[in-house]
Amino acid sequence: MTRLSAAFAKQHPALVCFITAGDGDTAANLDALVAGGADVIELGMPFTDPMADGPAIQAANLRSLAKGTTTADILAIATGFRQRHPDVPLILMGYANPMVRRGPEWFADAASNAGVDGVICVDLAPEEDIDLGPALREQGISPIRLATPTTDAARLPMVLDGASGFLYYVSVAGVTGKQQATGGSIDEAVARLKAATDLPVAVGFGIRTPDQAADVARVADGVVVGSAIVELIAEHGSDAPAKVQDYVASLSQAVQNARKASA
Amino acid sequence: MTETIPKPNSYRTGPDDRGHFGAYGGRYVAETLMPLVLDLEREYRAAKEDPAFRAQFDDLLEHYVGRPSPLYYAERLTDHVRESAPAGKGAQIWFKRDELNHTGAHKINNCVGQILLAMRMGKTRIIAETGAGQHGVATATVAARFGLPCVIYMGARDMERQAPNVFRMKLLGAEVIGVESGARTLKDAMNEALRDWVANVHDTFYIIGTAAGPHPYPELVRDFQSVIGTEAKAQMQARTGRLPDLLVAAIGGGSNAIGLFHPFLDDPDVKMLGVEAAGQGLEKKHAASLAGGAPGILHGNKTYLLQDEDGQIAEAHSISAGLDYPGIGPEHSWLKDSGRVDYVSCTDEEALTAFQLLCKTEGIIPALEPAHAIAKVIEAAREMDEDKIVLANLCGRGDKDIFTVADALGVAI
Repeated sequence: MTRLSAAFAKQHPALVCFITAGDGDTAANLDALVAGGADVIELGMPFTDPMADGPAIQAANLRSLAKGTTTADILAIATGFRQRHPDVPLILMGYANPMVRRGPEWFADAASNAGVDGVICVDLAPEEDIDLGPALREQGISPIRLATPTTDAARLPMVLDGASGFLYYVSVAGVTGKQQATGGSIDEAVARLKAATDLPVAVGFGIRTPDQAADVARVADGVVVGSAIVELIAEHGSDAPAKVQDYVASLSQAVQNARKASA
Repeated sequence: MTETIPKPNSYRTGPDDRGHFGAYGGRYVAETLMPLVLDLEREYRAAKEDPAFRAQFDDLLEHYVGRPSPLYYAERLTDHVRESAPAGKGAQIWFKRDELNHTGAHKINNCVGQILLAMRMGKTRIIAETGAGQHGVATATVAARFGLPCVIYMGARDMERQAPNVFRMKLLGAEVIGVESGARTLKDAMNEALRDWVANVHDTFYIIGTAAGPHPYPELVRDFQSVIGTEAKAQMQARTGRLPDLLVAAIGGGSNAIGLFHPFLDDPDVKMLGVEAAGQGLEKKHAASLAGGAPGILHGNKTYLLQDEDGQIAEAHSISAGLDYPGIGPEHSWLKDSGRVDYVSCTDEEALTAFQLLCKTEGIIPALEPAHAIAKVIEAAREMDEDKIVLANLCGRGDKDIFTVADALGVAI
């Protein structure tokens, strides 16, 4: 069983938490995510042109790059995390250009050596999988695909072909941040996706409060929270890890209890 | 890149059915946009086969845009070049006068085509990015013409440099949103337009201004702009009984260049020269992605990009806001690698000199974008025999640039 499949085989839905590498004290914030109860970690690779991100994650990308964060730094952060947390799955999330710059084989090899379990490449459509997918699979890294409200039944098989780890359902047509989907639309979408795949389905975009996380956890296999954590890091600087841990603990509790409460 | 690319039978068959020009192009967008991009491709294929679509496009180009644009022999500029050329040298210089189009640049050709597609697809809201403001003005113009609401994203720095165009867009009823991220220029405006699009896919059509972005944009923009080369070819045949020896065009994203070049790509005796913006010089800040970049992925396509060793995109620089972009359309990347088109670059300073020369020799105030092409036309014509013909695309007029030029020349107006 891989680290990712183990995380989705727990008794409760998985809490997936995102932060941007190189923004704030990343190692301490990653430890805070784990201490707070995150089941899966997404480590954002900063990019100069984060087209699919809203203001909070855009700003985190630019703060990180302004500090001089390099690809080598990101891989070192991942390596350190893997040494401290041998069992927590770690995913790199970002845009295609930094991932393919030195060639897909180079990136897949480096990510594998750093203990990375999966990669989400926001702007690599399944149609262009050859640019990264084969190299990742060769190294045993899961290419994690995104499905969205615009992914219709005709297109879904294309998205699922070659996907592994889990399926990330982007619950709103929009950028990361505060915009929220309505509960009913998520229930319906998750049911549709689960009918088409055996992969766990995690839902993200616009989830900020424990209540929202619990609502999603009632129907999905995983709940993804990003912008809200990134905002805490921006706001609290060196005090962020304690705040992040408390906040993630509140989400984790909500996710773990979601199905008990809804009986 | 040392590997040789086999010479194709035709340079005009691209892209392939996945939107690739050789190693370039493709569809690198967020999943939310993929279904829409696929819809657009289907709709474009249908429109291409529909005589009514073509008829409406041609009618608007003739009666609204003012096509065909003239083909003009620049006699005084030719004489000027011959004065300093060796004996027997100094090719004839001709211009395709796309600066005489409605709205003052070639951009309108593409906007007419895309808004007809938008309406075919039932979209009711138009967005666009703009650098110099020419594409923004052209988009606002067609949106007004067809009564659709229109939002234009423009880098805040470009808004300062191109204030007259901002006012024009507003007069035309568009909402202009200043983009404060990054270097506050065209690349940042494109990011913001993509964010708008992804959040409004249900009703919004994104009119991309250059022959770049996810497939099928590079293809359809090229096709709409190919009216430039198709007209020029017929006009040159009618006037001189032959084809030009050299085509020259400025390149930011490359839509005016591909529009001029594409109809001639399979005429082996016609050489072509694309001119990128070298800004302050290739060793300093510039916008020449072919000369100073490497292949990568940005804004929906794989192409040459200005970037660092980690794949972070560099800021471009050019005195011309319309060329101030760190990428280039994917078909140009392929034409460069295949060797069919030569690409050179021209500095801010060279462009300013050519700008002033054209004003004084021909009574034409060009935009700063084609001023880059004119600088290289003068260099090339000087080396060519007198009986040769150089044809450059005068893709925009310079009214919008007089403040930038005055500033660069240290003149207070």
